Amino acid sequence: MASKLPKSPLEHSAGGAGAAAESPGAPPRGLLRWLLTTNHKEIGTLYLVFSLSMFFIGGIFALVVRLELFQPGLQFVEPEFFNQMTTLHGLIMVFAAVMPAFTGLANWMIPLQIGAPDMALPRLNNFSFWLLPVAFTLLLATLLMPGGGPNFGWTFYAPLSTTYAPPSTTFFILGMHLAGISSILGAINIIATILNLRAPGMRMMDMPLFVWTWLITAFLLIAVMPVLAGVITMMLLDINFGTSFFNAAGGGDPVLFQHLFWFFGHPEVYIMILPAFGIVSAIIPTFARKPLFGYASMVYATASIAILSFLVWAHHMFVVGLPLVAELFFMYTTMLIAVPTGVKVFNWITTLFQGSISFETPMLFALAFVVLFTIGGFSGLMLAIAPADFQYHDTYFVVAHFHYVLVPGAIFSIMAAVYYWLPKWTGHYPSERLGRWHFWLSVIGVNLTFFPMHFSGLAGMPRRIPDYALQFADFNLVSSLGAFLFGFSQLLFVVVIVKCVRGGEKAPAKAWEGAQDLEWSVPSPAPLHTFETPPHVTPQPHP
Amino acid sequence: MSGGSYYVPATSKWPILGSLALGGMMLGAGLQMVHGWGAPLLGLGVAAILAVMALWFRDVVRESLQGLYDAQMDRSFRWGMGWFIFSEVMFFAAFFGALFYVRTFALPWLDGEGAKGVAALLWPDFTASWPLLNPPDASVSGPHEVLSPWQLPLVNTLILVTSSLTLTIAHEALKEGYRRTCRNWLAGTVFLGACFILVQGFEYYEAYAHYGLTLDAGIYGSLFFLLTGFHGMHVTVGAIILAVMLVRIQRDHFSGDDHFGFEAAAWYWHFVDVVWVGLFLFVYVF
Repeated sequence: MASKLPKSPLEHSAGGAGAAAESPGAPPRGLLRWLLTTNHKEIGTLYLVFSLSMFFIGGIFALVVRLELFQPGLQFVEPEFFNQMTTLHGLIMVFAAVMPAFTGLANWMIPLQIGAPDMALPRLNNFSFWLLPVAFTLLLATLLMPGGGPNFGWTFYAPLSTTYAPPSTTFFILGMHLAGISSILGAINIIATILNLRAPGMRMMDMPLFVWTWLITAFLLIAVMPVLAGVITMMLLDINFGTSFFNAAGGGDPVLFQHLFWFFGHPEVYIMILPAFGIVSAIIPTFARKPLFGYASMVYATASIAILSFLVWAHHMFVVGLPLVAELFFMYTTMLIAVPTGVKVFNWITTLFQGSISFETPMLFALAFVVLFTIGGFSGLMLAIAPADFQYHDTYFVVAHFHYVLVPGAIFSIMAAVYYWLPKWTGHYPSERLGRWHFWLSVIGVNLTFFPMHFSGLAGMPRRIPDYALQFADFNLVSSLGAFLFGFSQLLFVVVIVKCVRGGEKAPAKAWEGAQDLEWSVPSPAPLHTFETPPHVTPQPHP
Repeated sequence: MSGGSYYVPATSKWPILGSLALGGMMLGAGLQMVHGWGAPLLGLGVAAILAVMALWFRDVVRESLQGLYDAQMDRSFRWGMGWFIFSEVMFFAAFFGALFYVRTFALPWLDGEGAKGVAALLWPDFTASWPLLNPPDASVSGPHEVLSPWQLPLVNTLILVTSSLTLTIAHEALKEGYRRTCRNWLAGTVFLGACFILVQGFEYYEAYAHYGLTLDAGIYGSLFFLLTGFHGMHVTVGAIILAVMLVRIQRDHFSGDDHFGFEAAAWYWHFVDVVWVGLFLFVYVF
């Protein structure tokens, strides 16, 4: 893309003409530096480290669930605690692991990919990040409160989450408000950065796809996080102030909760996958040593998915008693999503076609993403068929479906991104040997965990229940073994990252032979300040 | 983007203090609601947030007056404010959506319309109506009466629409460089905003004291106070922002072609006005 890169990237990191605009004095040292930082790279690192820690906390909750489900009967935890574990596993993974990881990657990479010195609103950026530890401290603290933590599933349907909820639910709501504010402000910042801080010469259709997908994701975030804020506010009022929003006795409707929740919730699942599409669209061309096939169609497909995401929410509610016309409408719109998603998968595969492919760790994760995410996509298509969904609804088939799109989908893409950009962040290549071990253990663990869930679900095993009938025992045993394999393999990921930060083979500015985007024009590791004077980009047409 | 260097602001302690203040406020609110003893922390949190906002904005104003912000920074602020208002639009959209859903689907279904037999069986005697004076279950007592749109709400509509007009006049005056004219019309706008809040407060008093229209009076009361309450909070915030702009006009912070603080406040005020027109139509009139 960028053919005319700055001659020496070091030049424009040394100050020079930008000296007048520099902050007075050196940045504060020690802990204070991280608390006060407005630097997109430091904030990106904070997001990523926070996300990784939460990934382990959410992972431990998942392992408690799988431990209990290892055998039929109740062995380790009380059903009440089991419910808190499923709930907090979901909430932590969605809001504290996956979303902050993508925001961290956006922080690090978007300014580097568009030739910007920093995010558009750097102080707001610091505020967005530091709300998250506060939010999730509040959320996790509910576990220690009388009556225990949230126990109604990550979808927190009323009236389970209002009339029948533990007292700590109020704190859960307030914590979610903080996380929501963080997301909205973060998204505003990302949009402003992309629209306003692109290097001179870089048009919208010259932006790397990670930037494009994040632009659209940020729009989705700004559109739906306020709806989540609205619905949890209504919960708060129902619980504490006697309103009747979700209470039919007063003329409200519990189903109203589901409509509002899923109006947020469905775009939310695309919020967790569109940036993944961007990452994979960067990695596959790099290691296939070919430009991405169908750049423009990728952009349009992403936008189509985003628009459709507002028109499909009730497919989560097929069994709630919708009128027939609504069942049909939401069934057809849902199936339509397969079209732009199919375009994407087609483009990735066509990019590989006749490429000169090499299989470094980021590429392994990206290829596994394409295969396994597509499996999750297909089971989504099965679930879209309303009459079939009547059978699958709330079974382990649904659990299998969304874990296929989220774990080997979103999370594999995050891991691919970490392996891909670690040389840029640290100046060292991550260990290829350990990376491969991490990849293969993860890919085996993921499939052992989630593939059998398709079968236990189709056979009728309901989700979110700590016990099950004997015929599901074998599938569950395999799932639990897989889960522990996957969970413990992630320690290897930490080892790889720590080793890479400390040392390893030195990476040049352009760490991967086939990489094309602007971030590879600055040195590895990227200096604290990059592009203080805008680079001039001469765009080349996409093939 | 003139090819010069970018402006990157200095580090600041306000964001982290703001996060902590917001966390303290939430903790205090939760403790108050659940255990009844969080009010001091809640108050402290609110005070801390106000202080942080004041100091944070003071820094931004100072930097702006020092001429540190270039055209690009100005555009970032514009995008930021624009998208923030869009997020607010979606926040109200959720509440309007709830209103339409209840009126169009939930209540008729409880009354037995369509194929929703089971819902109708719960309260066979229930008759749907809007405004809902008789909630389905006897445990919830509805309002005796609702407020007529053609009295105080109409007055408030006129007040708020007029205030948008006076604000536009103030803005035009600012652009033409008539600082005193701008100040007077802006002061008038803040005054109208304050009147709106007072009238709304009086209406709430009437609703509670004479109409039995309360938060817990079934779905009508819930939606009424949700929509008008959040709107009222936004008017309050908007009026405070405009009052700050009044002070800044007084101190000659703005020029005819460089006054984004004022413009952002105006955008916000017009947004609040438009929401009110929607409220007046769909909460009060229809």
